[in-house]
Parts: sequence; structure tokens; C-alpha cells
Amino acid sequence: MDFNDTPQEADFRAQARAWIAANRPTDWQNKTGRDVDGIAMSKAWQKKKYDAGWACIHWPQEYGGRGATPIERVIWSQEEGELGQLGGVFIIGQGMCAPTIMAHGSEAAKQRHVPKIASGEEIWCQLFSEPGSGSDLAGLRTRAEKQGDEWVINGQKIWTSGAHYADFGIVITRTDPTVPKHKGLTMFYLDMRSPGVTVKPIKQVSGRSDFNEVYFADVRIPDSQRLGAVGDGWKVSLTTLMNERLAVGGGFPTNFEEMFELTKVIEGEDGPAIEDQSVREKLADWYIRAAGLRNTQNRMMSALSRGQAPGPEASISKLVLGINRQNMASTMLDIQDTYGVISQKDLAVNGGQFHEIFFRAVAHRIEGGTDEILRNIIAERVLGLPGDIRVDKDLPFNNIPTGAN
Amino acid sequence: MNFEFSDDQKLLKEQARGFLASKCSAKEVRRILDGNEPYHPELWKGVAEMGWLGASIPEEYGGLGLGYLELCVIAEELGRAVAPIPFSSTVYLFAEAVLIAGTEEQKQKYLPKVSEGAIIGALALSEGAGAVTPKTIKTSVAGGRLTGVKLPVTDGDVADYAVVAARTGAGNDEGSISLFIVDMKAGGVTAEAVDTVDPTRSHAKVSFDGAGAEPLGAAGQGWAILDKVFDRAAVLYAFEQVGGSQAALEMARDYAMGRYAFGRPIASFQAIKHKLADMYVATELARSNSYYGAWALSTDAPELAIAAATARVSATEAYHECSKENIQVHGGMGFTWEFDCHLHYRRSKVLSLVLGSLPRWKDRLISRLEERNAA
Ligand SMILES: Cc1cc2nc3c(=O)[nH]c(=O)nc-3n(C[C@H](O)[C@H](O)[C@H](O)COP(=O)(O)OP(=O)(O)OC[C@H]3O[C@@H](n4cnc5c(N)ncnc54)[C@H](O)[C@@H]3O)c2cc1C
Repeated sequence: MDFNDTPQEADFRAQARAWIAANRPTDWQNKTGRDVDGIAMSKAWQKKKYDAGWACIHWPQEYGGRGATPIERVIWSQEEGELGQLGGVFIIGQGMCAPTIMAHGSEAAKQRHVPKIASGEEIWCQLFSEPGSGSDLAGLRTRAEKQGDEWVINGQKIWTSGAHYADFGIVITRTDPTVPKHKGLTMFYLDMRSPGVTVKPIKQVSGRSDFNEVYFADVRIPDSQRLGAVGDGWKVSLTTLMNERLAVGGGFPTNFEEMFELTKVIEGEDGPAIEDQSVREKLADWYIRAAGLRNTQNRMMSALSRGQAPGPEASISKLVLGINRQNMASTMLDIQDTYGVISQKDLAVNGGQFHEIFFRAVAHRIEGGTDEILRNIIAERVLGLPGDIRVDKDLPFNNIPTGAN
Repeated sequence: MNFEFSDDQKLLKEQARGFLASKCSAKEVRRILDGNEPYHPELWKGVAEMGWLGASIPEEYGGLGLGYLELCVIAEELGRAVAPIPFSSTVYLFAEAVLIAGTEEQKQKYLPKVSEGAIIGALALSEGAGAVTPKTIKTSVAGGRLTGVKLPVTDGDVADYAVVAARTGAGNDEGSISLFIVDMKAGGVTAEAVDTVDPTRSHAKVSFDGAGAEPLGAAGQGWAILDKVFDRAAVLYAFEQVGGSQAALEMARDYAMGRYAFGRPIASFQAIKHKLADMYVATELARSNSYYGAWALSTDAPELAIAAATARVSATEAYHECSKENIQVHGGMGFTWEFDCHLHYRRSKVLSLVLGSLPRWKDRLISRLEERNAA
């Protein structure tokens, strides 16, 4: 067991650190990278990294990466640190869409798009969820029908993050409603500015609008934009979902340090909050989870570096982080007592950081698989427990009962 | 970076598991639980023959000198098997205290005997309910003679030697406490076994009435030495706890697969699946934190203080969760004496208390983070 870098790792770290120090953007704080006004800055940083060979470093060289090892990837993200948040708008394209294209797309599609995803020139979105199918993704109803060399898409997607600024999207559709639901699906990608595509932002709990409804009215796309075989969409989507759990799980900080510092500053009944025994116990619980995730990731990296594939164990990370962040933010507002209600940035404690987490964590526990779905995955795929009973599994899709929602 | 045990260490783990499966089945653990013996003498002998008692003791003191990572591997398997032997008292507490604070002569005198399995050691600290602090220690030493009552002392009734914390200064602070080694079989010592939540690990009330006492470490350094002993022991106990959590999780899983209700295995009910998923997550986080602790222990890293408390808190919580929910998954069967679930429920509670309670370790963890951030 050894935490120190090997000589090669140390060398790689030194190179990464030097390059970042020489090239890092200044004045990027307060721009989350998910805000539209932050996009230009995000793109500029991404392009700079790409041109110097520091973007998506674990991808093959021919598609814009440098074939870096999993450990090098971790080292890079440690060195990039908070700056990595600037990449928020690229998470879906780089974390989910590109791996799907690399696994199932035509060579032409890979050459045409993957490097542009790496360089940040193209922002992508993921058009999976629908009003009637979220967790039960295979229950989707958006139709694609073949007409000559083209497909015609009709239907509606929902909760599509970034659709309002995305250039392209991967979309899963039903191409045969007469067979059981997992068998009649097909995956495509499309230009979000194609005629017939309408994007309507949805206002969220937090007041922000990061996701959208997307409508398709006779949207035509060529067959060359199909990902995988006709009827094979479920398999293709599993590639996306597996990568999603890795991308979404790892993408959030635990914020333990900020919280810890704040408990020293905010006064409780007898001195700083941190002197309160109940606060200390909660802090300890959060710390062991934050440390547990970090150390679990280190174990996973060690396994990866020895050639093992990432397994369903990766689901732990998002499950624990989401719950942890939500409870932590709530307590951090409690500690402020009545003042905790204030979220206005210029007045709020820590610029409203914990108010943001209070709301963002709600989504964290839903997006990319809800807590319940993640527990199912761990129970079934890690512990080998029986799958849930699925009454609709063998029915032709058009015979499956649906509810009021 | 490499955050895994080596192939040799994994091999040792397999050997340990195999050995304990044959020599320390639940039936053997129950022999101690149901009977009057304080521990399992044949298992103790076997463990000594395997060299486990001296795994981390340097060769110059008769040990195998393998290192702490190896000891962690063994600890995990002992925890998994709920081994009814005075291993932790002798190795993590007594031997470590001697290693940390003993003179060359003391090391030569005691450590080879520990390695051989010739003596059992203990640590005598607590003197009543509530947190153990320098203030609560009334046992004292005058003219080289120790007087006072320690309760409870893990393995106090079977120990040949104990490290005893006693008052040597006038104040109430840490500097008023020193450590002594006491020959438990000599005059002036009486030990009587007491009932505890886990009869597979013996505990005693030990009275010292002018017992001979040999200083261990400098006068007034008792608390500082104990701090170090506790950090090291916390990591080792954490591995026992992780082993126990894993065993309880597997027990629950196997039962859930075989028990049918409403025409289905109960393992197919989501409430049970999700419970098992949560047990798994708690165990994995504790395991990862314990690995970090093992690394810090084996390299004597400055992070040890924080890593040890982190491992201790998460492993204590994981074992509590797994041992109690294992019973829940078993339903009424889980509450019977016949089923083995309670072996873990008992052991989990004892392990969470012997080194100081969970709230105290949480406090310790936060204090150390405060110190680190202030530095
Ligand atoms: C911020 C945010 C961004 C998102 N971005 C995107 C995006 O970019 N692209 C995209 O396609 N989608 C996106 N989503 C959608 C997301 O994937 C779905 O919301 C999620 O999969 C849950 O589906 P649902 O909302 O339909 O909830 P439902 O599936 O209706 O779930 C409702 C409740 O039922 C529970 N439930 C459902 N099935 C089971 C089961 N089998 N066992 C136990 N409980 C169950 C759920 O856990 C949940 O508690 C986003 C969501 C959020 C919140």
C-alpha cells in the first residue's frame, strides 16, 4: 500500500501542475460554468486545454485525448482542482455522449464529433427522460419511423439538461411498439437546431432553469446518425447510463472543508458552533463519509490501474454524496438559526453556498438514477439479490398499462 | 499510488480465513459463550503457532516482523470469525504499549513471550461509568506499590501482565498520570470476572492492593503514551469491525435468499434489498477508511491521528448498522439464542466501547481536524 506517486506519476503531476499554473484563467470564480454567461469562459479554458493536449486525457489520441491511464486522470483532476468546475457544461457531452458514440457510432461520427466534444466546440445533451418514463427509461414513447434513408421523430422529452444551449444531443426512441419494451428501442444523435425541435426551459425548485422540455415534430434525421443497430437502443443506452453514474457521481465536491470552517465562525449558544457536541458529532459523520468516498475512489483507481473494469460499485459515490450533501446543507442553515433563511448572495453566509447546495442536492438524488434505483443496482448487481418483479417485461409495449401520471 | 493489499498479504488473508473457518466455527465461539471458559485455549494456541501474535513485532524481539498491514489482514479475519481469544488486549494494547514506551530491557522481557503466546496481556484504564479522563483515575502508586480498582478490564481475569494507568501527580491533568506494568499473578492483585454484553470476550474487576508496579515510560507521560496506543489500536480494531460487518452482511444476504414469504424470497422485497445495499455501502466506506488507516499506521505517517479516528468512527458505525440489521432481516429467528446473529450484535457493542465510545471518537476526530487546520 502506497499513497506516494510512482516516479512516472510524479513526473506527470509536475507537468500538469506547471501547465495549469502557466495557463489558468483568472477571474473565473463565481461563474459556475453552467450559467450561460459562463459558457464562453468554459469554452475558452476547454479549448486551451485541448490545444495543449490536456482535454479528456483518458480518451484515445485519435479522438482528441492522450490515452492517459486512470491514475493520470485522477492526478489531472486533483491538479485542476476547483477549476474543473468550469467544465460543468461539458459533463454530459464528455461524460456520457462521447463514450456512447465511441462505443456505438460509425467511424465517421466519431471523427466528426468526438474531438469537437473534447475541445468544447460542441456542447451535447442527453434526450432520454420523458414525462411518462424516467426511472423506467425503457417505457419511453417518442417514436422514430423510417422513411427511405431518413428517420422521422415525433414525441416529447423532458428534464433535458442544457438543451437550451446544446449543439447536439443523443436521443433514444421507440421504433417498434409491438414488441416487449426493451426490444423496440433505437438510439440516434441529432443537431439540436434541426427543424421541428422546440426547447422550452423548465423552472426548477432552485428558481434556476438548467433543464428543459424538448418537443419533436416531424424532425428528420439521416440513418447515418443512428447509434447501434435498429432495436438495439436499450443496449446502447446502458453504455450511456453506466458512464453517467461515473460522471455524475465523481463530479461533486463534498464541501466538508467550507462547512468545517464555517462552524468555527458562526456563534452557537456557548461559543462557536463547532464547540457544540451535537455539531461535532455531525461533522464527524460527514467527514468519515467524505473520507470514505475519497478512499473508495483510491481503491477503485488501484483496481482500474491493474486492468479491472469499473463495476456497479461506482454507484456508491452518487448515492452517498447526494444524501450527505442534502443533510449537510440543511444543518448548515440550522446552525445560522433564523438568519439561515437569507439566501441573497450579498447578505447570505458564505455567499449562499449552502443554500445552493440545499437545493442542488435535491436534484443530485434524482438525476442519473434516483437513490432507490441506485440501491437496486447495488443490491442486484453487487450483492446478487433477485431483480424486482417486472409485470411488463414480456408484454408487447402497446399492451402495457399506464397510470394517470 | 497503490491502495490495495499486496498479493502476499491477500494470500495471508486467505490462509487466515481458512484457518479460522476450521478452528473457529460459530460452534466453537458458542462453546465459549455458553460455557465457563474465559477464552478458547486451543484457538489461542493455534493462533500463536501461526505466528499471528508476533506478526508486527520486530524479529529482534522474537516476532515475525512482517508489519502492520499483515496484522490488519489478520485482524479483519479475527473480527469476521468473532474469535473468542484475548488477541486484541495482548497484541494491540499490551504489546503496543511496550513497543512504544518500553525500555530495551522491557521489550526483551515481554515481547518474545507475547510472540510465543506464552503470556496474555491487558490494559487497565477505566474505573467507572463515563468517559475515562485523567480526572477519573484514582488508582495510585506509592513507594512502587499500586493500589486501586479497575473496572472493567478486558481479559483482566486471564492476563499475566497488565499495563495500568495510575495517578502519580497531584493535579488533575494529563501530566499526573503514569503507566506501570503489573504482574497479575503476583501478590496484591485479585481479579474477578464480570458479566458483560459479550461473554466471548472476558472482562474483569481487578483490585490492586499494594501490587508491585514497574514503570512503563517516563513519569507523567502515561496519557501521551496511551494516545499513541489508542491510535494504533483504533486502526486494528477497525479491521476487526470491518470483518464483522462483512460477515453480518453476508449472513443477512444468505438468509434473505433462502427465506420465502408471500411466495417469494424475502431478498426480492425492495425494503430488504435496500437495507442490504445500505449495509454494503457502510461496510465499503469503513473498509476504505480502514485501508487509509492501515497505510498511515504502516508508514507511521503524520496523518495517523486523523486516519485512525476516521477508521474507528466509520467502522464502529458500519458494524453497528450491519449487526443490528442482520437480526432484523432474520425476523424472529434473529432474536433466538440458536441463531448466530447475536454473536455479531454482542461483539459489535463490545468493540465500540473497549477503546472509548463512538461520541468520544467523533469528538477526537474533530479535535484533530481542528489542530490540523490550525497548524
Ligand atoms: C437536475 C436534473 C437534470 C436531469 N438531466 C437530464 C438530462 O439531461 N437528460 C435526461 O434524459 N434526463 C435528465 N434528468 C431526468 C432524470 O434522469 C430522471 O428525473 C430520473 O431518472 C427519475 O425519473 P423521474 O423523474 O421520471 O421519476 P420517476 O421515475 O417517476 O420516480 C419517482 C419516484 O419513484 C421511485 N421509483 C421509480 N421506479 C422505482 C423502482 N423500480 N423502485 C423503487 N422506486 C422507484 C423513484 O426513485 C422516485 O422516488 C434530469 C433530472 C434532474 C433532476
